[in-house]
Amino acid sequence: MTLKEILRKTFDNGYNFAFLDEGAKREIRRKILKAVAIPGYQTPFGSRELPIARGWGTGGLQITLSIIGTGDTLKVIDQGCDGSVNAVNIKKFIGRVTGVKTTTDTNKASIIQTRHRVPEEIMTEDQILILQVPYPEALRTVEPEETETRRMHAEADYSRMWLYLYEDIVRFGEISIGARYPVAVNGRYIMDPSPIPRWDIPKLDRADTLYLFGAGREKRIYAVPPHTEVKPLEFEDYLFRVEDFGDARCRRCGSCDTFLDEIIDDETGKRFYQCSDTDYCDRRTVDGTGS
Amino acid sequence: MAPVLKLKNITRLFGKGCPSCLESTGPDADTNVCSHCGTVVACACVSLDLYHDEILGIMGESGSGKSTLLKTLHFDIAVSSGEIYFENCADINLLTMSPFEKRRIRNFEMGIVYQNPHLGLKMEVSSGGNVAEKLLMAGWKNIDKTRKRSRSLLRETEFPVGRMDEPPKNLSGGEQQRVQIARALSSNPKVLFLDEMTTGLDLSVQARILDMLRSLQKRFHVSMIVVSHDLGVIRLLAQRTAVMKYGRVVELGLTDQILEDPRHPYTQLLVNSEL
Repeated sequence: MTLKEILRKTFDNGYNFAFLDEGAKREIRRKILKAVAIPGYQTPFGSRELPIARGWGTGGLQITLSIIGTGDTLKVIDQGCDGSVNAVNIKKFIGRVTGVKTTTDTNKASIIQTRHRVPEEIMTEDQILILQVPYPEALRTVEPEETETRRMHAEADYSRMWLYLYEDIVRFGEISIGARYPVAVNGRYIMDPSPIPRWDIPKLDRADTLYLFGAGREKRIYAVPPHTEVKPLEFEDYLFRVEDFGDARCRRCGSCDTFLDEIIDDETGKRFYQCSDTDYCDRRTVDGTGS
Repeated sequence: MAPVLKLKNITRLFGKGCPSCLESTGPDADTNVCSHCGTVVACACVSLDLYHDEILGIMGESGSGKSTLLKTLHFDIAVSSGEIYFENCADINLLTMSPFEKRRIRNFEMGIVYQNPHLGLKMEVSSGGNVAEKLLMAGWKNIDKTRKRSRSLLRETEFPVGRMDEPPKNLSGGEQQRVQIARALSSNPKVLFLDEMTTGLDLSVQARILDMLRSLQKRFHVSMIVVSHDLGVIRLLAQRTAVMKYGRVVELGLTDQILEDPRHPYTQLLVNSEL
């Protein structure tokens, strides 16, 4: 489809290309540039009204709509799954207002919008991962007030976060945070990586890909530019570690080196494991690389 | 010898203030509320020096500005005007520093013990954690070492170390004060501020804490400013004492001298009204 056709089609819908008006897209792009310039810093932006409710991925959606072009190929996942209702609806919506190609293949996508997972496949410098963020403030667990958390970030006053981790270790013998594990970006800001499992945290560190984080309800955009150091908070004698699935394997593709979902059969009560990244699992199953 | 801490004309007003605030308040005017604009002059033109290894007492009735003065020194509240000089940052007025530098000085060079442990401690966090917080601020990244240091500090303050993982809300008042002292000392500070720290504790606990403080002062070589309305505490701890009334220092001198031979009428009243 040529640009002209796309424009005609979208204008025929009564909507601007990519739904948002040009002014809104420009503002969001400026905020993205600022976020990229200050890795891990939460940039406030004017979160727009969208046809889906705040808290349902509007932050990620606005970033996607602002940076998407006619030549892009889009993939949308929700907790690793291409087929979940939320992912499908967002993908359909963006497809309708832009006319871009959509895919489920991680390798073929140029823009991937995701909720709570980073794809298993190592992404490249030609791709952008957009994460939907429910709570952008990593310090919210230790400080309820916004003015105070901003001051803490400004002065790099992170002792309370460390105290929180200390307390966790004293109480449970280890750091008990599962998803939303706090990370230090570029040795400066402590950042909430969105509720991705700990498994995905190492993928953020010095990656080739640009990671953009959007929180629509909280009106914040932040970013991890390519090749930026992202370090999970840890102590010398209590190191960060990713989830351990023991000997579990994916029941479909047989993988034992991916993030697995534990599924319990309602009728038999039997537990089994399955890759959380459905596209990766599907391709391994089709390839026959699995067992 | 150069003082550790030098205060120059510390003034704090609560209210919008007017040019005649200072002259219309004070001991002579017998009020600390400005008759022209209603501003409360909490402390005015307080200049004091604190020397090495010294315990300086500040006494006065409630509302005389003792605690306000201490809180300005710890940067808890801002001053209206005045200067503070610290030995390690010669010739730089601490009050002109950035919040970042102020916080650094407060965390590493100062310690404070409040009358109300709720101000100084996080009641939900374990006692050991409260002590460890300053160490974590200083960049300690080893849990084992941090806990060892917290434990030894708590032992110094005669805290039952077996309870170090319990939150202060489960502890008695005396134990909470011990945690506060351990926390204040954790960064090896140069100066320690004690704000009515034994008020509200029973007499035997008071005596033990004061005793412990004296020995800690000798061991850690920390200078202290002790604010109290209790003459007994001042007599026991302080070498020099300042007497405050309506935000002004009305008398300053050796503690013995002030308590035995008070000059200012207000000090005479204060000393004579001791039970």
